[in-house]
Amino acid sequence: MYLPQPNIYPAGDSAITLQWGDTINEDANQQVMQLFNSLQDFPLPFITDIIPAFNSITLVYDIMDWHKKNSHVTCFEHIKIELLNRLQTPKENQHTNKLVKIPVCYHYDLAPDLEEMAQLTQLTTETIIHLHCQPIYKVYMIGFLPGFPYMASVDPSIQMNRRAEPRHRVPKGSIGIAGEQTGIYPMDSPGGWQLIGQTPINLFDVTNENPCLLTPGDTVQFYPISLTEFETIKKEENQ
Amino acid sequence: MSVVIIKAGLFSSIQDEGRKGFQHLGINPNGAMDIRAMQTANALVLNDVSEAVLEMYFPTPILQFKQPAFIAISGADFTATVNGINIPINQPIFIPANTILQFTTKKWGQVAYLAVQGGFDLSEWLDSYSTNVKAAVGGFEGRILKMGDSINLNYKPSKKETSKAYSIMPWKASVSAFYHSKALRFIAGNEFEELTATSKNIFSSGLFSILPQSDRMGFRLNGTALEFSENKEMISVAVTKGTIQLLPNGQCIVLMADHQTTGGYPRIGHIISADLPTLSQKSSNDFIAFTKVSIEEAEILLIQQEQHLHQLTNACILQLDAYHRH
Repeated sequence: MYLPQPNIYPAGDSAITLQWGDTINEDANQQVMQLFNSLQDFPLPFITDIIPAFNSITLVYDIMDWHKKNSHVTCFEHIKIELLNRLQTPKENQHTNKLVKIPVCYHYDLAPDLEEMAQLTQLTTETIIHLHCQPIYKVYMIGFLPGFPYMASVDPSIQMNRRAEPRHRVPKGSIGIAGEQTGIYPMDSPGGWQLIGQTPINLFDVTNENPCLLTPGDTVQFYPISLTEFETIKKEENQ
Repeated sequence: MSVVIIKAGLFSSIQDEGRKGFQHLGINPNGAMDIRAMQTANALVLNDVSEAVLEMYFPTPILQFKQPAFIAISGADFTATVNGINIPINQPIFIPANTILQFTTKKWGQVAYLAVQGGFDLSEWLDSYSTNVKAAVGGFEGRILKMGDSINLNYKPSKKETSKAYSIMPWKASVSAFYHSKALRFIAGNEFEELTATSKNIFSSGLFSILPQSDRMGFRLNGTALEFSENKEMISVAVTKGTIQLLPNGQCIVLMADHQTTGGYPRIGHIISADLPTLSQKSSNDFIAFTKVSIEEAEILLIQQEQHLHQLTNACILQLDAYHRH
């Protein structure tokens, strides 16, 4: 397999980014996830954060931890060399990313953009729900809010641009679509994605030792539930 | 025993060096805006420099200490007073029980820090005491402080101390290595070279004012609009404190402590770590300028600042030791 060299550049004087190309594609993301898994399993010293995105991965490091032991090249150059070595000889444990099945209620009360979407796409809401629930989505990255998953790819026939005017308050649990991406708002927040449903499941729970339900690399499949089921699960979730 | 907020300030929160290791879950670092001021205040009272402190904007809260405490204030100079008497900043102070600490006038800077010896008695969330207001977690009940809040202190005064009067310790931290009034130094961001020649020139020579909409998430700037040679769509990528993003309207935002973990706007630069304390202390309507440096220079300046902090920490230990022997 052809593995292009990433573009490597500073993301500040204490962070480094490796980026593969300028588009969202599966090959680039495989590189990202492989390095993410490798660095989690066999960490490099001085690294404090490893942040994967669609086609890039950024490492935040502590320059003073490094400086205490070395001083001949810049910390940036040193970490760059370490990372290039790691890319050539990847080390990682076997990773089985989990599949998370997430219930979604597509009732109009919880899906403020669904009706307009049906008009624009000339599809029935049943078809839209079916198309949204069919794929197994991949969590490419988590960002924007704690636990907010950026997932792809949405079926081309139901892809929608972001709203021209973002909403001031999107309710917690809302499922949104933005282009080929679908995402879930883990908490009330302003937001501009097209809202087509809501999940009663908590994606972010501060009382939990692992506060986020999803992690980069996980896969997700949605399944439809009724408004009654939504209320029941929501009650159980928040007990 | 505790410190009580008897009047709320504009935006007072518990912060430390920030939450590290969870950005891949979208959990942003938060932490003190001015890390050096936070560390200085801690060093003065012989805390670990990473201990949690109270971060305050003007108008600041009015605090009442229900117990004796050993405190220090660093960062902005808001004219600190104890029971109505002016006290210096960057100098440790012993205060007896029932002391009222308040600040009267904004003289210099934007954000001040209060450290108490032993720290505040709070619980960590994901290895940090920093307040994450958006997620409503960390710090004190995951929120900014309001009137009536009572925060317990870890420091347990001895019987002897209970009867002591307030006293200012006879040593002061020099913080001149942490601030300057020249152009803020930045290293080029990945999209810097895509700016037009004119825009590159404007960015490195023009003045930008800080808009009032600036907050802990970011400083919004106003200046001559900047342009790219060609407009390209960006895919979201991780951002850091100090990242300078160019918004579609040609204006810049400098991301600060409460920044999101990822962003989709082009990055024209990154303020170097050594200059973030200076930037943190700028107020809205202040003017700032930028000058480009290499990553080598940025690293050297950061190491020098760390070394200064290290010397400061050691000096504080020696001073207190000498004071007790005396």
